Amino acid sequence: MTATRTPSPPGPTRPVRRLGDRVFAGSARGAGILILVILAGVAAFLVAEAVPAITAPAEEIPGGEGLTAYIAPLVFGTLLAALIALVVATPLAVAIALFITHFAPRRLAQGLGYLVDLLAAIPSIVYGFWGISWLAPKMVPFYRWLEDNLGFIPFFAGPTSATGRTMLTAGLVLAIMILPIISAISREVFLQVPTLHKEAALALGATRWEMIKMAVIPYGKSGIIGGSMLGLGRALGETLAVTLVLSVSGGITFNLISSGNPATIAANIALQFPESTGIAVNTLIASGLALFVITLVVNMLARWIVNRRADFSGAN
Amino acid sequence: MNLGTKTRAATLSLALAGTLALAACGAANEESDAAEGGTAGGGEAGEQLSGTLVGAGASSQQAAMQGWTAAYSSVQPDVTVNYDPVGSGGGREQFVAGGTDFAGSDAYLDEEELTAAEERCAGDGQVFELPNYIAPIAVVHNVEGVDSLNLPPEVVAGIFAQQITNWNDPAIAEANPDVQLPDLPITPVNRSDESGTTENFAEYLAAAAPDVWTYEVSGDWPVPGGEAGQGTSGVVQAVGAGNGTIGYADPSQAGDLGIAAIGVGEEFVQPTPEAAAAVVENSERVEGRGEYDYAIDIRRDTTESGNYPIVQVSYHIGCVTYDEQETADLVADFMGFVVSEEGQQAAADAAGSAPISDTLREQARTAIDAINAG
Repeated sequence: MTATRTPSPPGPTRPVRRLGDRVFAGSARGAGILILVILAGVAAFLVAEAVPAITAPAEEIPGGEGLTAYIAPLVFGTLLAALIALVVATPLAVAIALFITHFAPRRLAQGLGYLVDLLAAIPSIVYGFWGISWLAPKMVPFYRWLEDNLGFIPFFAGPTSATGRTMLTAGLVLAIMILPIISAISREVFLQVPTLHKEAALALGATRWEMIKMAVIPYGKSGIIGGSMLGLGRALGETLAVTLVLSVSGGITFNLISSGNPATIAANIALQFPESTGIAVNTLIASGLALFVITLVVNMLARWIVNRRADFSGAN
Repeated sequence: MNLGTKTRAATLSLALAGTLALAACGAANEESDAAEGGTAGGGEAGEQLSGTLVGAGASSQQAAMQGWTAAYSSVQPDVTVNYDPVGSGGGREQFVAGGTDFAGSDAYLDEEELTAAEERCAGDGQVFELPNYIAPIAVVHNVEGVDSLNLPPEVVAGIFAQQITNWNDPAIAEANPDVQLPDLPITPVNRSDESGTTENFAEYLAAAAPDVWTYEVSGDWPVPGGEAGQGTSGVVQAVGAGNGTIGYADPSQAGDLGIAAIGVGEEFVQPTPEAAAAVVENSERVEGRGEYDYAIDIRRDTTESGNYPIVQVSYHIGCVTYDEQETADLVADFMGFVVSEEGQQAAADAAGSAPISDTLREQARTAIDAINAG
């Protein structure tokens, strides 16, 4: 063996580690670690700054009834606004995605997709101005109608706001803001549905609607859910648009069309921070910690759902 | 696709930022033009100073401060005045901590802060507090067919406490015999952010109508269920957008909204600069504070003719004795300009505030003359 040594193919079995490789690997690893450090740093800052508010006696917290009483309506408002946004935006976004992928002529589909993406590029303050000066006044007659005809439902109990700056309006503005996120992801997933699945459904005599129901939507379910959760994440944290649009005065209420609404956490921080000092700032940071935890949970939930669904979607 | 979206977003926000920056430049130009029109030489000392003066505090003073700094730059072109509108509380905190040379604040220092401030200041630790910015708060309304409105204190309190809920309420009608009041629900509009305007307004309601207004006075609006807007502009926007709305705001921002005359004694008074300055002059100084401490408790329940009791007073707080001569000179000179007639006019032009009266100016000058270094 040793005598009949054949010329081995060029290059050793161990790959050469050139400088470029090492720099690239190092910087990529560094970037990855940096993300973790930043996340941990933010969490540590929030916890450290929130501790004085958590340990403070109840009378010292703004409102005088303790931290839980201060944050509870804010968490409620945050979840309610985001939930309205999600309930309105998800079906609409899925319908838009389906139209673009399966119904619209190809050329129209491209333009339409571009337009929907463009919605994501509008700064949230512009949405806020649009909501407060256009949408809110236009909604007043509709809210009046809701109060008159559906007033027995607690959501529409009234009295109707004179300006339309209500929880429902805020939810609608948020819905439009998260629409592009959900529809973009749904669209990508719908485009990936194997043509064989669709053709098989059609070959079995399914109509186009039945084909979508049986082949496209089950395949894209994880994408729809994942997109919704991303949208929910944005809706939970949205600050400026809600600050402008929502008339904030009052505690927990399911009444969606009156002037008295709970604030959302992000909007409340934006409103109260400029004139806050001492323990009030810590209280705001504690509410920020609550928001941080909520968004973290929502995102983890989304990952979990997407991963779990992926096993059953038929994609593999 | 994702990248494309982000790039577009970045471009858009860049464009927006550019527009805002341009607009800001435009505003600044106009102000300095206006300042050059006025007579120069408001400063206390005739000599030319140079340096940087750092202040922080009430955002309510921000517009006035822009007027002051712009006009002051024509008197002392080498002096830069930086004012950070972090809010009253933040301004007091930073001043006490020694981070700034003076503070702007909607409230005078409380006992605890006063003690801390006395430690911060050099010499015998005296602190000056000058009520240099007086802004009337108007009750603005938007009711179709109603241009002028007279409101006694109890009615104002009743409306904002949501006990008087319709415009045709007999209590309103009694004070307005000549006005055709509609059958329309009242929507009271308040600030959604914590603010000195709210605190001063609530203070007035608590003092002038204690039977009706039983809430605790703070910068947060206490009555749930009303319409709320962010900042003065948010309140004005909300009042203008609805019908049957009523709110409280800086009269210079009210635009074409109706401004109610408020009941004082037997008469009804409009929020004019003169009426606002008058009530400050007739208010009593807080006792037991330093020689140059002109903190006052405004007489909200005044019945004196021609006094408008819903005013917001914003102070300038500083040390009578500073560590360095340069700082002392700068503070004295700038404060001297602020209380001068030109200075007060500059603030009135920029922020719609009410110029301080001659009596207040005399008081302020006493304090400013005492500023020294040691």
